[in-house]
Amino acid sequence: MKRDDLQFDSHGRLRHLLTIEGLPRQTILDILNTAESFISVGEREIKKVPLLRGKTVVNLFFEASTRTRTTFEIAAKRLSADVINLNPSASSTSKGETLLDTVRNLEAMHTELFVVRHRESGAAHLIAAHVPEHVHIVNAGDGRHAHPTQALLDLFTIRRHKGPIENLKVAIVGDILHSRVARSEIHALNTLGAAEVRVIAPKTLLPTAVEKLGVHAYTDMREGLSGVDVVIMLRLQRERMTGAFISSEQEYFNLYGLTPEKLGLAKPDAIVMHPGPMNRGLDIDSAVADGPQSVILPQVTYGIAVRMAIMALIMGGAAQTESAPAGGRRA
Amino acid sequence: MMGIVIKGGHIIDPANKLDAVKDLYIDSTGFITGIGKAPEGFEVARSIDAHGQIVCPGLVDLRARLREPGLEYKATMESETRAAVAAGITTLCCPPDTWPVIDTPAMAQMVQSRAWRFGLAFVHPLGALTQGLEGKLLTDMAALEEAGCVGVSNALEPITDTLVLRRAMEYAATFDLTVYLHAEDPWLRNTGCVHEGEVGTRLGLPGIPEAAETVALARDLALIEQTGVRAHFCNLSGARAVAMLVEAQKQGLPVTADVTAHHLHLTEHDIGYFNTQCHVRPPLRSLRDRDALRAALQNGVISSICSDHQPHEPDAKLAPFAESEPGISGLETLLPLTLKLVEDKLLTLNEAIALLTVKPAEILGVECGTLSVGATADICIFDPKSHWILNADKFVSRGRNSPFLGWEFTGRVTHTLVGGEVVFELGST
Repeated sequence: MKRDDLQFDSHGRLRHLLTIEGLPRQTILDILNTAESFISVGEREIKKVPLLRGKTVVNLFFEASTRTRTTFEIAAKRLSADVINLNPSASSTSKGETLLDTVRNLEAMHTELFVVRHRESGAAHLIAAHVPEHVHIVNAGDGRHAHPTQALLDLFTIRRHKGPIENLKVAIVGDILHSRVARSEIHALNTLGAAEVRVIAPKTLLPTAVEKLGVHAYTDMREGLSGVDVVIMLRLQRERMTGAFISSEQEYFNLYGLTPEKLGLAKPDAIVMHPGPMNRGLDIDSAVADGPQSVILPQVTYGIAVRMAIMALIMGGAAQTESAPAGGRRA
Repeated sequence: MMGIVIKGGHIIDPANKLDAVKDLYIDSTGFITGIGKAPEGFEVARSIDAHGQIVCPGLVDLRARLREPGLEYKATMESETRAAVAAGITTLCCPPDTWPVIDTPAMAQMVQSRAWRFGLAFVHPLGALTQGLEGKLLTDMAALEEAGCVGVSNALEPITDTLVLRRAMEYAATFDLTVYLHAEDPWLRNTGCVHEGEVGTRLGLPGIPEAAETVALARDLALIEQTGVRAHFCNLSGARAVAMLVEAQKQGLPVTADVTAHHLHLTEHDIGYFNTQCHVRPPLRSLRDRDALRAALQNGVISSICSDHQPHEPDAKLAPFAESEPGISGLETLLPLTLKLVEDKLLTLNEAIALLTVKPAEILGVECGTLSVGATADICIFDPKSHWILNADKFVSRGRNSPFLGWEFTGRVTHTLVGGEVVFELGST
């Protein structure tokens, strides 16, 4: 295994955030603790701190997104950075420009941070391996591989509502196969020592050898939800029927949609999360999504603080514990 | 008669069970005229000192893409045949998936005459099994054979219509042509770019299940049995496919197979974090699969190691993994990677050389790969003790795409002769 620690600079400081896999526990805790301090910024009348004044953040979204892009934009603006939003899927790449050419052109405009989303797994790693030292990359989702900021905001949400991760059983339900969110959440939960991580899906939506990621796999949702503290629902894309992954929306909802009845099998104080966008009536029942156990909207709010924390740690002066972790795979 | 003498080398010629220190004599017309003892009237025009060196038949590579015609921005016939001889390879077989496709006699002749012009390695084309490799209409196989094609193949393009495949096999059998097959079910492969397993799951890369290979192999074997065609399987990648081939050979089916040098050394884990140099097709599979391929070489089920040479321009690999182009520039690591198997005591030096010379020559049905007296003097001389490290600027090939950069090798080609001419000599350019 190659141990080129792309994510860290030579002093062991976080330089890019590409994946949760191999991120030391202390780095994750630094991000979560910093995010706590940024929560209050959003509650003030003047919602700005000057940490990234004079820096330019480019939201480079090769794949469409509303929520993630918007929360990154707000987060950067609250840190006083200048923000540019680009959606190159519609412009340069369709003219045949390569991914790296696009990035090099933007880099030539003296920008400091790229928030990148791309449909291909590994896109953020590729870019990070080819940018100069002063440029930072935050992965906002690459293919099926990773969505580290989503996983961190999910951890933040769980910690706020349920306390320390160590004692918790967490179930992730739905399209695990195609989900970068699930992969990042699994690594994050395991790094912080969750009591158990379960994935629940029909076999068509479970990746081969998923247990190797450190989870227990269930195909029966009732069995899988039994006794868990946290239920994370994933979005099911309606197009999955055509790939013969599922038979029909009705059957999927009957078996894997989160209804109040199925939620009743989890612990009574279990919380329900969803990275969005939700498909009501397909992956989640409105009664659950809007119910008392749902923390779906707080997730969005916390997302801003967590993304502020990540950007501040990577580019700004926010304190981070310098890490010299032993062992483990890192990007 | 004037000629070249290769003096004092350790000659290894598995075809003739020759394994001894002897001098080798080549006449001025390019044929081997004597081993051990100078033929009568031989006058030395040139003497090559091969003391401490291995002298073996020029290597025969069953599959190399030379990128010409059609993809000259990646490499050319000249650049790649030059790379071949620098690696001791004197005979190459190229698949028909050039652009245009080698599905007419004119294309087959063009490829050979281009190669002939440079006078480096011999190039033998495979003709297309179906027109345009589209899997629908048969090619003029008799004419392709007449034009020098040593076999027929649909390269990596699938023939999904089993009736077309059956007829294509029957038609090839009519002319006693070997059919070269890639066992890969296109539906199960789908958009896959890595082995469906632990690494693909971790990286979120779409996987190619082992069944993509075994399903296609089972279909092909059934049709081979039905039609009686002689078939060669290119690049088996999995343990289960090897087991199926063992059974087929036991039943007496006329089937052979090769494996690439890189599948004998790498596994899915070498992909690390999206190393596109490890993007190959079929994919690198598990350690268990790699070990099964090694065992299949040892017991003779797989009878050739090839380079599956696919030179690329740098940009082809500077893309997200799935969008990067598959393939390795493999000519120059074919012998070094094979010698590593000898170093690791998996093969004897004799076995290793046979897998690179006489055995692939037998599959091709071309007279080469031996040092018999009277044979064309295609010869590879290498220093078995020379240590070196592969780095990008050492490549002769236009393609420097290799996952083996930085690897340390033992054994280095010093001279290559094609048709009695010294076409490569280490240290002289």
